[in-house]
Amino acid sequence: MITAPNSRLRRRAPLVAALGAGALLLTACGPAGGGGSADNGTFTYLGQTENTTIIGTLTSLSTDQCAAEEKAAPLTADKSAGPQFDQKLQLLAGQDALSNMSMAAGTPSLMQQFIDADQVVDLSAELAELGVADKILPAAESTIKALYGEDTLYSLPTEFNIEGFWYNKEILAANGIEAPATWDDLVAAAEILDGAGVQPFSAAGKDGWPITRLVGDYIARDLGPDALKAVADGDAKLTDPEYVKAADEVAALGEAGYFGEAIGSIDYNASINEFLTGKAAFFYMGSWALANFNDEAQNTIGADNIGFAPFPAVDGGQGSIDQVPANVGVPVMFAKKGFGENQAAWLKCIVSNYGDAVLNESGVVSGFALDNPPADLPETTQIVQQQIQDAPSSILWFEALFTSKGTSVSQTNGGGLASGSISGAEFMKLVQAANDEG
Amino acid sequence: MERVLGDKRAILILLGPALLVYSLIMLVPIVWSLGYTVLDGNPIVGFTFNGFDNFIKFFQDPAAFSAIWFTVRFAIVMTVLQVGAGFGLSLLYVFWLKRSSSAIRTIIFFPIVLPTVAVALLFQRLFEAAPTTGPVNSFLNLFGIDSVDWFGTPDASFWILLLMGLWQSMGFYGVLLYAGLLDIPEEMLESARLDGAGGWKLIRTIVLPLSLPVLLSSLIFSINGTLKVFDSVVALTNGGPGNATTPLTVYMFQTSFTYGQYGYGSTIALMLTILCLIFTIFIFRSTRRDVTKG
Repeated sequence: MITAPNSRLRRRAPLVAALGAGALLLTACGPAGGGGSADNGTFTYLGQTENTTIIGTLTSLSTDQCAAEEKAAPLTADKSAGPQFDQKLQLLAGQDALSNMSMAAGTPSLMQQFIDADQVVDLSAELAELGVADKILPAAESTIKALYGEDTLYSLPTEFNIEGFWYNKEILAANGIEAPATWDDLVAAAEILDGAGVQPFSAAGKDGWPITRLVGDYIARDLGPDALKAVADGDAKLTDPEYVKAADEVAALGEAGYFGEAIGSIDYNASINEFLTGKAAFFYMGSWALANFNDEAQNTIGADNIGFAPFPAVDGGQGSIDQVPANVGVPVMFAKKGFGENQAAWLKCIVSNYGDAVLNESGVVSGFALDNPPADLPETTQIVQQQIQDAPSSILWFEALFTSKGTSVSQTNGGGLASGSISGAEFMKLVQAANDEG
Repeated sequence: MERVLGDKRAILILLGPALLVYSLIMLVPIVWSLGYTVLDGNPIVGFTFNGFDNFIKFFQDPAAFSAIWFTVRFAIVMTVLQVGAGFGLSLLYVFWLKRSSSAIRTIIFFPIVLPTVAVALLFQRLFEAAPTTGPVNSFLNLFGIDSVDWFGTPDASFWILLLMGLWQSMGFYGVLLYAGLLDIPEEMLESARLDGAGGWKLIRTIVLPLSLPVLLSSLIFSINGTLKVFDSVVALTNGGPGNATTPLTVYMFQTSFTYGQYGYGSTIALMLTILCLIFTIFIFRSTRRDVTKG
């Protein structure tokens, strides 16, 4: 027998089912929990899985200099894989759910979108208010500002790197080669080494960017430090013959086989391993690799056996060998949403103590001012500090002012230059087309 | 049962929740994505209406054409290989191995249950050239042949992708077509044999026409699966070297989520849907014609 309430229930069943399913789906579609977008008494951090230095230093600060901040708002860390990190940031920013602090977008143009959308904290104003504006090294600050094309600071320099050719002193000495001062010297050295059965360069062709760095540096040496800015401003094109020349020079090294066999399959770690096990004479890399150089387990050639040569000058070029390619690694940014008292306290503590902590614990040179520099730094770290001190100005890397697509196309085709499978003109045409798309 | 299915409320209760879930997670995003095709921007910078600019851009984009060319080439070659190898296997099961085929069937079917990422890692190691030399290159070295940088060469990457897909899926198509072949009446085969048909002639005149329906279903399965290839490419080559092995799906993903161009990404998705539709209609039409003839 069907009673009245039962019948009502039956009539309502589809409605209840529909509402239930809808609610379930809406829950699933909402922003992932733990994004920490409100000042809810925690300090959330999102970093790249591969970078263990920043989170390691933050954890160490949380037990020491930043213990009070940790007590007020405990550090809660999350991580995401490097290659997909920008995608993750885009999705979080799209939902207005960025962590309090996160590694900044690897592509400066994406970072500019965050700035334009008013999603990140203006750190120049904030640090001035907190009274710690002088804790950022001027050189690092200007590098960040140039990167985003802004007059104010939107990220913190957790690293301050210079780039250049690291070389194996023993191999060079055994072949009667001196650290190259000009591009022609470098090519001549590679020819001698190749003839002697030594692989001249180690590079990560699979990742692409260590190859495109060479193109960018060559352009800066040959056409001057503002040559890539002219491309970004639309005053010049990468397909102009003087720019193509740079890619051709690098492609010529690839065609001659100077990067070794199967360069397209060598990734970042494999390229470091090749150099640190004495299988290659030169290695173009940033000073962040010091952590690997100073690790005895990885470095079988010995830290004292590694020398540094700035990217060589190009004969008749408008750039100078003193203009050092510099970057701030992957800096960290602060989300505007959820930035309250606790987060400001963390910001102050990090800016005041990070530089000393990261140098002491990991040997990494950051863009923060130092209060207690360690007395016995490894030789390679001292070289880097000296170079930073002596450099009159710095230059950015090849893709620094490109669009997201331009950066991606450049880096995915960079390996082709090193394997000789793509010509300089083809490469520049692809990258220019990607940049033109905007 | 008839009474239950005749009751509209019962149908609503049985169908309603599933239909709602399906609508929310399939139809709404599809319509949403369709809306994005006339917009420019992303959730961070906001969206602006740009008419048919995305479509104009698509037809002028060399990267999109290279992705279409790769997708179509991959889908056609892969479909021919998958279904061809599957048909060959099914003939092997039915006519040669007969009742003892179950062990072989299981072994060849096995790769399809493995996760694609695991299979891709396996193939990466097999064909590795550096930093360590993989088994394939070691084998070449034995004969004095230099190692080949398989994943650094566009053509070689294409063929390895095909090889991996074929290894993984031919067992599935083998079993699918085997089930079709079992439906062919033994008497018909026997009488054909008595009439003097054997080997290739038997296959061509009896087996092939009678297994045409299941063969064409396999073709539709295969072409739709291969046109939308994504995971195996991302896991094995990530579209490289350069963009040599980038299908439309990967290009769409990069455009939307790496370059932050949601509108253009949705346009590419729509184009891919149209491409799948064209291929499916083409095969469906062939099915109708051939079956009536057969």
